[in-house]
Amino acid sequence: MSLNYSDNEMMAISAGRFIKDGDIVFAGTGVSMLAATAAKRIYAPKAVVFFETGGIDPSLDEIPMAVSDLRVMSGTCLNSGLIEAFSIVGHRKLHTIAFLGAAQIDKYGNLNTTSIGNYFRPKTRFSGSGGACDVASFASGVITFMQHEKRRFVEKLDYLTSVGWYKGGDSRRKLGLVRGGALAVVTNLGVMGFDEKTKEMYLDQYYPGVSIKTIQENTGFDIDVSRAKEAIPPTEEELMILRNEVDPQRLICKA
Amino acid sequence: MAKNAEISDKLMTLEAAVKKFIKNGSQISLGGFTIVRNPMALTYEIIRQGIKDLHIVCHSHGQALDVLIGAGCVKRLEIAYGGSGRYAPTCIRFKKAIQQGQIEFEDYSNYQMSLRFLAGALNIPFIPTKSGLGSDLLNYEGFSKEVRKERKVASKKFDMIQNPFTEEKDDVVLLPALNPDVTILHVQYVGEDGTIRIKGLTFADIEQAKSADYVIVTCEEIVPRSFIRLDPDQNSLPPFFVDAIVKVPYGAHPTGCYGFYDYDPKHLNMYRVIAEDDEKFKKYLDEWVYDIKTHEDYLNKVGAEMLIKLKANPILGYAVGLDRR
Repeated sequence: MSLNYSDNEMMAISAGRFIKDGDIVFAGTGVSMLAATAAKRIYAPKAVVFFETGGIDPSLDEIPMAVSDLRVMSGTCLNSGLIEAFSIVGHRKLHTIAFLGAAQIDKYGNLNTTSIGNYFRPKTRFSGSGGACDVASFASGVITFMQHEKRRFVEKLDYLTSVGWYKGGDSRRKLGLVRGGALAVVTNLGVMGFDEKTKEMYLDQYYPGVSIKTIQENTGFDIDVSRAKEAIPPTEEELMILRNEVDPQRLICKA
Repeated sequence: MAKNAEISDKLMTLEAAVKKFIKNGSQISLGGFTIVRNPMALTYEIIRQGIKDLHIVCHSHGQALDVLIGAGCVKRLEIAYGGSGRYAPTCIRFKKAIQQGQIEFEDYSNYQMSLRFLAGALNIPFIPTKSGLGSDLLNYEGFSKEVRKERKVASKKFDMIQNPFTEEKDDVVLLPALNPDVTILHVQYVGEDGTIRIKGLTFADIEQAKSADYVIVTCEEIVPRSFIRLDPDQNSLPPFFVDAIVKVPYGAHPTGCYGFYDYDPKHLNMYRVIAEDDEKFKKYLDEWVYDIKTHEDYLNKVGAEMLIKLKANPILGYAVGLDRR
């Protein structure tokens, strides 16, 4: 039986599958919240979801619409503030995985959430770093959600807001960032990984019904597809939990 | 002793608080975060008084920031994030102002801005971090050399040093402290003794308050001294950090206030659409700011039906089942 599911649902489940028990998961807004909540409900009940605003392990009976949402303060083990939250992201004893989104990404997983065009007089201005630059600097790994389009997967970012593997190889470590880096990129077409040595992006999984060619055509740089395999579609159980427990009001699932 | 005698010199109206502490060109730090606990009633009063050339310093801000920019009150901005969550991933008037070159701006990250407030609170001139290494936050200075000479503007955006405690190569970023003229906050409780209690997340409100020359607080409730001192572990700021107190129930609307009311999805959705159009935005300001004579007028305009819908479950802190589409 084939199931119907939306891009956001496939993305949330693909990302959620990366989370393991014991991980401390940093969630942003949108699909990333869906993924973080799904991960805890489905794959890693002992993972802890927390927010840069300072809410730690909220009950998340309703999906938050912002990282400051009252729902990230409800049923938590602790409510704190921004400085406390960032002391968790970079804590040497914790394995922290951050979910981020971006307007542009390059082949080393560096992200732009600031602007397109000239920085001082941009064609399009976005929100800016928020906590993204900080978690990209400090977390054990970053999973980024992207719409898979040529104009978003670019050779050169208009502005580098958050550092991934920087210029590839060991350049991130040489900057003085002692851990972390881009772990995966989850798009509406598939999941990308990063080569262990070169730190260049490669195609890891393509979603059922999506061709490798489509992904190549929608990527603005050459991407290695030699390791690509078809992704496992969401199971009925995964979708049920996602729709009925994680996002019962279908605020994000629907899109 | 008369009721509220301990804070009688601090209790005032919105009008008086803004008149006394906020001037053209003031550097203002905004409390709250994106769509929660924005000091909206104070923001509207700042706009009504026609205050200009504000220098806003904040981490992640949404509604209050966007309305202030749209109303033409802001000249200069140091910011990490201008957005209202899912309701406006990038704030509309903020976006327009930067794209059209109407404001001077400088980008930092949330942690960097929080640290800068902390440094200001500690009265140290700068603070080190490893955040931002390799990023364009450390490649672009937003402010010009002329702006750098102005009051309360750091002489440079940041500096880099080698960690002085090791022989090994170890780059560290130094960020300048912030000491805003005024921090404006909306909180749940103020005690009759002036003690501040913030419920839910405090964001960087405490650091922001301690870093400022003056602090204006609006609150949902003024509660008895005996209540606020019964469980002092819950309190956020001692009385002596606060210069003005205004009781304004629903003073954060359309943003939320944990334990009291949720953010107003209908208003935020309406705002996003209206803010795109200069004429419509002007009308919005007339309707929701300039033509409002009292805070009661404002609440009447929101309407009893909506206020009841937004009312938070006192145990969970938010409005359960609220239609948030």
